[in-house]
Amino acid sequence: MRRVYPNKDFCIGCHICELACLTAHSESKDLIIAVREEQASGLRPCKAVYEKGPVCVSLSCRHCENPSCVTACISGALYKDEETGRTMYDERQCVGCWSCLMACPFGAIRRNQAKGKIIKCDLCEGRDKPACVEACPNAALSYEDR
Amino acid sequence: MLFKPISQNFNDFVIDRDKERCINCEVCVRQCSYEAHFWDDARQCVNHDNTKCVGCHRCEALCPTGCLTIKKNPADFRDNALWTPTYMKYLYKQGDTGGILLSGMGSPSAKPIYWDNLQLDASQVTNPSIDPLREPMELRTYLGSKPDKVEIEQTPDGPKLKTKIGPQIKLEYPMMFSAMSFGSINFNLHKAMAMAATELGIVYNTGEGGLHPTLYKYGANTIVQVASGRFGVHKDYLNAGAAIEIKVGQGAKPGIGGHLPGEKIDEEVSKTRMVPVGSDAISPAPHHDIYSIEDLLQLIYALKEATEYRVPVSVKIAAVHNAAAIASGIVRAGADIVVIDGFRGGTGAAPTMIRDNVGIPVELALAQVDNRLRDEGIRNWASLVVAGGTRCSADVIKAIALGADAVYIATAALVAVGCTLCGRCYTGKCPWGIATNEARLKKRQNPEIAAKRLTNLVKAWGHEIQEMLGGMGLNSIESLRGNRDKLRGIGLNEVELDILGVKHAGR
Repeated sequence: MRRVYPNKDFCIGCHICELACLTAHSESKDLIIAVREEQASGLRPCKAVYEKGPVCVSLSCRHCENPSCVTACISGALYKDEETGRTMYDERQCVGCWSCLMACPFGAIRRNQAKGKIIKCDLCEGRDKPACVEACPNAALSYEDR
Repeated sequence: MLFKPISQNFNDFVIDRDKERCINCEVCVRQCSYEAHFWDDARQCVNHDNTKCVGCHRCEALCPTGCLTIKKNPADFRDNALWTPTYMKYLYKQGDTGGILLSGMGSPSAKPIYWDNLQLDASQVTNPSIDPLREPMELRTYLGSKPDKVEIEQTPDGPKLKTKIGPQIKLEYPMMFSAMSFGSINFNLHKAMAMAATELGIVYNTGEGGLHPTLYKYGANTIVQVASGRFGVHKDYLNAGAAIEIKVGQGAKPGIGGHLPGEKIDEEVSKTRMVPVGSDAISPAPHHDIYSIEDLLQLIYALKEATEYRVPVSVKIAAVHNAAAIASGIVRAGADIVVIDGFRGGTGAAPTMIRDNVGIPVELALAQVDNRLRDEGIRNWASLVVAGGTRCSADVIKAIALGADAVYIATAALVAVGCTLCGRCYTGKCPWGIATNEARLKKRQNPEIAAKRLTNLVKAWGHEIQEMLGGMGLNSIESLRGNRDKLRGIGLNEVELDILGVKHAGR
């Protein structure tokens, strides 16, 4: 299946992928409104840029073949979509136990503290290409089948 | 904050932030390598310091809400035709530092650009124009020494060339990427130039920084340079390229050597240049083994011996008053290609006064060199290449009509990958990831993207050149070379027209 692959060699640490993700998952689909208003009501980006010195990388859910997070999920909020291969998340079922967060070997699942639930990448369902990949100014994110 | 030296008070640019649109995302803070943008803890928002802005426009280009505009500082001095703000700021700076003024990129001075005063001819009625979309249009160019005459022999397999032709560089477009050393620009861009040159069927030039081991595979599309510092020069390097270029002078700073500051010399540059990490790499102004044409001849033939006469040897000089006589000597010394680099040529760093006041426009030097070599009957002994401030395909085609075989492009190529000519290359903090080896900055140039942009640029110019050739009723670039009848001057005086060897428009 196609996944988002980050390339740390060309990640420039601009965090524009986070803003693109935020906008894509917002109701308004407007960056300024998403940041100023929707963030206050719990909207968070599904990905995060990690930096140490000159090294930076934009990380999000890897949609693993056998995801540890799904095994660890006590409420059934995380499940594998057999058809698409994506690791899906049903926010309504999440109880905020953070088991998935502990189980994820990549640290790609994050807390949404405003909502007391988790946040993870859904590969921008309904779009041809995830918003982060489209927005990356240095092509450090690719969406491909490896 | 309360007191700053006068040199820092008159900043060139101001940052205009539209507070209605700014979302305090800090992209500008992360992108500005001069720290003009910062997170203001006291005010809990992104803020900026106009005095640090160099006008690179990186923040403006990457701001996701488009809330930033970089503007020229509207504050100005009292009008004075002699003491312009430029000179006043130079004086404030020198009052501070006591040092030589340094500048990056080519001269921005308002001296005539002769390309703009030359118009191309076009066919009408009797010799119809050619449609390059339907007719073949040849841009292929061969650089190198051509024989005085060609002999053909008849063989059972048909006629064959009896005359032995010297080594040539084959170019699919009459353009090459000019010398930019590894160190002055980073590895990502060197790789991008190598990739683009290979894709295009042209060549790029290593500059005086040597050739990184991983780029040897692009050797067939590489000109390896031998400059006065001899950085990275060894037998394998000489044999790696499609040609060798001896750099005697550089248009942006004729008579001046090179200086790559130690801060730019990291592990990889050190290995490639064969100098210690962190040490300044200084190329002397003269080659210390060349003090005459005879000495140059010895170096040319030493390089030819080292490469078993397989590749052409080129000599690059800056455009100066007696360029024609110098070029004649260079050709007679055995050079297969002569490169003339005009004062508009770029550089990572040059003394400002040298950059703006030494050297001549390449158009004049080219016309004179071509004339002189023709007069002496040795024009075919070497190809002519011009460099220095070629901005568009029209400049290329005019250069060829004026006598050049091909044109080197460098600043245009850098602009295509993002350079905004902010002129701070010598700081090593290039925000566009071009003139920098800092790990966090150099990765702003993704070689795949840069190579694509360079390839697009040359292909676009190629299309335009084909269109212009077609408009002139010519179907090959060879037919235009040195064909000054296809040029006319506009607004030039008789001396200028005489030097250029073109008629005034209307004649």
